[in-house]
Formats: sequence, structure tokens, C-alpha cells
Amino acid sequence: MASIKTGDTILSIKKATKAFGGLLAVKDLDLELPKGAIQGLIGPNGAGKTTAFNLITGVIPITSGAISFEGERIDGLEAYEVTRLGIARTFQNIRLFTNLSVLDNVRIAYHSHAGYGLGDSLLRSRRYAEKEKELTERAMDFLGIFHLDGLAFEIAKNLPYGQQRRVEIARALACAPRLLLLDEPAAGMNPKETLELMDYIHFIKDRFDLTILLIEHQMRFVMGICEYITVMDFGEEIARGTPAQIQVNERVVEAYLGKGAAKIAAS
Amino acid sequence: MELGYLAGSIVKLAALIGWIYGLLWGLGRPKAWQKAVTIILAFGVIQAAILAKFGDIALFSAFDQGLLIQACTMTMVALGLNLIYGFNGQFSLAQWGFYGIGAYCSADITYRWTSGDASGLLVAGLGTILGALALFLVGWLLKKKRGVPVLSAFTFYLIALVAAGFAAVKLGGALSPLLAPYFGSPEAPGVLASPLALQIVFFLSIIVAGAFAAEVSFIFGLPVLSLGSDYFGIATLGFAIIVKTLLVNSDTILPFPEMKGGRGMIGIPKLTNWIWVFAFLILVIVIIRNFVRSSTGRATLAVREDEIAARAMGIDVAKNKLMAFVVGSFVAGLGGAIYAHYIGFLAPGSFDFIQGYNPLIIVVFGGLGSMTGTIAASFGWIFFLEGFLRVLLGQLGSDAPSWRLVLYPIALLLLMLVRPQGLLGTVEWGFFKDGNNPIGRAREKLSAAVKLKGSGTKKEGE
Repeated sequence: MASIKTGDTILSIKKATKAFGGLLAVKDLDLELPKGAIQGLIGPNGAGKTTAFNLITGVIPITSGAISFEGERIDGLEAYEVTRLGIARTFQNIRLFTNLSVLDNVRIAYHSHAGYGLGDSLLRSRRYAEKEKELTERAMDFLGIFHLDGLAFEIAKNLPYGQQRRVEIARALACAPRLLLLDEPAAGMNPKETLELMDYIHFIKDRFDLTILLIEHQMRFVMGICEYITVMDFGEEIARGTPAQIQVNERVVEAYLGKGAAKIAAS
Repeated sequence: MELGYLAGSIVKLAALIGWIYGLLWGLGRPKAWQKAVTIILAFGVIQAAILAKFGDIALFSAFDQGLLIQACTMTMVALGLNLIYGFNGQFSLAQWGFYGIGAYCSADITYRWTSGDASGLLVAGLGTILGALALFLVGWLLKKKRGVPVLSAFTFYLIALVAAGFAAVKLGGALSPLLAPYFGSPEAPGVLASPLALQIVFFLSIIVAGAFAAEVSFIFGLPVLSLGSDYFGIATLGFAIIVKTLLVNSDTILPFPEMKGGRGMIGIPKLTNWIWVFAFLILVIVIIRNFVRSSTGRATLAVREDEIAARAMGIDVAKNKLMAFVVGSFVAGLGGAIYAHYIGFLAPGSFDFIQGYNPLIIVVFGGLGSMTGTIAASFGWIFFLEGFLRVLLGQLGSDAPSWRLVLYPIALLLLMLVRPQGLLGTVEWGFFKDGNNPIGRAREKLSAAVKLKGSGTKKEGE
């Protein structure tokens, strides 16, 4: 713990527990996320990482414990309210709005701050025209940042896998988050694409002044990009620290490879 | 004779589809005067066809006019359903129930009015206004006190609505004797017993019917829309059955003897004419299009595509579903009101849930998520099934018309096999396109600016 110098904490999870019936998917999870960090959340399959994401974003209600974002309690809020507060996420299996254009995918992310309501749209008021134009132009500029503007009118489902990932990340960023949660962003990518993704994540972090929490299984990716790592197993945190500390942590090796392997690794 | 009739009806249907295309194209023009000219022309063409007579043969017979009006009311209902099912992805069988509610509500108002009793208009009008106020008040209070579970919220809304209804009945009952001298009665016609007043009452009754259907849909949709898609479908089926049962027993368990329960309500003034139908058709088209082509409309599409992702994008999914459901039901209520005053006779059997599959078939047939397809399918469906097949088979023998309910499912099956995405898929014409409104123009300009390659300029869904 001492090795992690915390500035402002952006997200703090205290004793978060989620029970599905008798199964504790997440058990007494503590997590402090310093502002501006790239933190990794790793662990074997079924360790409760995605459940932890779902708890943070309000997709599923928490059983006990507390989650606060920028000092404000967010457990108990609806998922859309959490997003509006400034936490955006991507999904393990890409969840784009597949039959809509890339532009519309981004414009949907602008919905909560579109600046006009149903009344304006039904009456086609001047405010509607202005805001809608502004919104579209903003979305195009935004896509331009990611060099996706050439694909703006493509239907999302027609894009290749890697680009769908990029669109999904861009769409999450369009929600203007301060904390971005990435659920296995490198899944299904080849080594070259993974390297590109690492650059991409550094780029968006600096560009949008983000804090990033990510789940990933590709160790090269995690060790290369994360400043801090939390390791989970069976719903509990078993280790935390810098990549170098995690690599030699006995419990981590044990969790991934079994007890014997840990002994071999230690010898 | 058969061949002549066949050719005639095909020509008429083709002409009407052309008329729809022209109307949508014209409405999609950017300038206000262009839209106005389109509306006048589109109205005038049909009006001229109705008036035109070549010797004894009318170009547009009374039968054809009836089909046209039915097609237009079906369009309204189906457009509303397309918003709910096609654009928001909520499989609903309740649409026909809202249609029935709208029909009976407005019929009751005008029926009472023509029999010299203004209380129908007063109570229903006050009821919808007070009901809306009550709903807004409760909504505002619930917003201040956050985190109220949906069923508790539903209870509060329901109490408020019942209270508003009770107040409206009391208030309307107290007011109508006071106002009776002005409204007039059969014995002593008052100032407002004129034909013009009747037209105004008719207009008000349509609006009240729509608003009433919308309020009912709000209170029904609030708890039920949170169910998953299939369960929601079953719940809406339940709603359709409730509506029908209430209508069958309207003179016994409901205090409306003039509705005559299962025997059917007769004597509704036949006030619907082409002007009213056309005006409300345009209104509905504009409402649905403006809803869909907006940020709310995009959020609606997002909910259809992926609810979880929509939530993660900051969209209040429950609210969005409710909005689409209420707007769709409002439109169905308007359609019902127009239909009631065209047909002049309402029987609960017409609002059976079996009949409720008709708009559903039309929406799927025309293409889920295509407003143009819904309109084209409504017209095609009415003219083909009610017009052409009925008449053509009628000439083959008195029992033959029953065959139309065999022939048209076969046509449906064939279409679904050949074009599972529906007649028009998601293609839109003119007014409905994303490309003809200011956003669309900005979009085209931008697409030119970024110099798209290949198929990049294609509209969504092509």
C-alpha cells in the first residue's frame, strides 16, 4: 500500500459485497482509485471483476457496502444517473447500437445533455434546430479526434471488430466521463492491435483527462499499461500493487496457476 | 366486370401510394410555403376525386371514401404502434385497446351532445385536464423525493388519477345544469346547438379521446413497461382483454347506459369527413416523425437496440419507453375517435384483441421501423382486404368473401418469406427521411466535407 502515492481519490469502494442467492460474487471489496491513474483489475475467470464493474455503474444493485465517486455516494443510483455523473463504460462483449450509424451511436451518448426536450422536438422549435445542428457537428468533430469521421455514416454492425471496439470507446467518451471503465478492451485483438490499443488508451487518457479502470486478461497488455493493479479471486481482493509487485506476488501466481506452480515459481 | 373492377382498384391503390409519396416528398421540402402548398394540393386532389362524377359513375364512390377513411384511421393506429414496437422494440397488443378507448370516449361525448346533454364533454374534458395536472403534480413530487419504487409511484399516480376523475365528475355534474341554458337542449335549442358548435365539440372530443387514451396508457405502462419484452406483450394482451370486457359491460358495471354494452352503441353522429381525416392524419404524421427524428427518438432507437448499453449512455430507459408508449397510445386514441364518427356504430366486438393483431400485422408487413412502410401497408391492407377482395369474391358467390381471410394470410406468408424485413424494410420517403430535415442537410454537408468513400453516403438501414 505504501508504494501507491494517492492524490485525490476519484472512486472509492468500501466493503462492497454482492450476493447472488448464496453465492458471493464480490466479497468485501475495497478499492481506492487515484485521480488520473490507469488501474487494472485482473483475476481468473469468475473472480467477480465484471460484477464489480456492474456494481460501480449501477447495472446491478449492491448488497452491502459503499461506493463513492468524487466524494459522493453512487451506490443505489440508477445506471443512467451514474453515467450522467461522469462514469462511462464499455462492455466485455461489444454492445454498440448495431443497426444505427456510427454518428447516431455517438449522438445517442449526447442525449442527456442534448439541450432540448420532447416539446422542442415535437414543435420543431428554433432551439431544436440549433441544438440538433450543434450536436451533430460536435459529434462529427468528436469522431474526427479518433479518425472515425470517415465511418460516421456506416452502420455499426458492418464495421470490423477492432473498429467496433474503437467506436465503443469513443461512444463511452462522448458521455463526457471523468472515469472510464473498460471491460476487456483487448479481447480478441492480435498483438499488433493490442499495441495500438495501448497507444490509444494513453492518448484518450491525456486528451480527456481521464482516470481509467480496466479489466483485462492479456498480461502483456495489463503489465504494459497499468500503473496499479488489483487482483481478485473468488470475489475477494488478493493483492494490489504495481505491475512489478504483482508479477512476483505468491498469491497471484497461485490463483492463476495453482499451488504447485507457485512453489516452482518461488524456487 | 371483375377484370374492370380489378384494374380499377389497382389503379386507385397505385394512385393513393403515389399520393402518399407526393405528400411525404412535399412535406419534406425545406420551406414552410412548400409544405403548405403540398398540404393544400394533397387535400385538394382527393377532395376533387370525391366530388368528381362522370355521368352516373363516381370516381371515388362512397364505398371507396369509406375505405380511404378506414385506411387513414388504420394509419394513425399503426403509426403509433410502429413507434412503440418498431422504434422502441416493445411488443404491444394494447394498441387496439387504446383505439377502442378513444373511439368510445369521443363517441360518448358527441352522442350526449347531440341528445342535448353537455355533461359528457364537461366531465371528460375536465377529467383529462385535471388528470393531466394530477399526473404532473405527482410526477413533480416524486422527482423531488427520489428513489421511490415503481409500484409505489404507480399507486400514487393511480390515486391522483382517481381523485381527478372523481373531482371531474362532481364538478362537471355541478356545472352542466348551470351551463345548460347556453348549450341548449332538444326542447329549447340554445346558442351553441348550431352545426358549427357540433363541429367544435367533435374536434374537442377527438383531442379529449386522445388525451384520455394517453393518460390510461401512462398509468398502465408505468408498472408494466419495466417487464421484459415477452412479459410486456402478455401484459398488454391482458389490457386489451380488460378493455373489451369493460366495453361489453359498459351499461352494467360501468355507468354508461348509452354505450349499451355488448349490443353496441348506435346513433353516434357521423361527423367524420375528408377534412377532419386529412387534418388529423397530417397531425399524426408530424407528431410521429418529429418524435422519431429527435434526440429522444434516437434514445428510443437505442433502447430498442440494447437496453443495457442505452442505460450506460445515460438514457433513462423507463422514462423513454413510457414516452414512446404514451405518444403511440395518444395517436391511437385520435384514430379511434375519427373512426367512431365515420362508422356511426360501435360494438365491443370490433375492439377484440383478435382484431388488435391487424395493426401489428400492418407494422410488420410495412417494415418495423419504417413510417413510410406503415402508411403504405395500412392503405394497401384496407384497400386489398376490405375493398378489393371483399367485392371481387362477393361476385363469385355469397360465401366466397370468407375466403379473403385465407387468401390474405397466404399473401402475408409469401411476403414474410420473400422479404422478412417487411415491404419497405427501413426505407423512408421524403418527410420521414433523416436527410431532408436540417440535421440531414448538415449531415450531407458534413459527409461531403469528409469526402466519404464508396457507400458512405448511404442512409441508415439501406
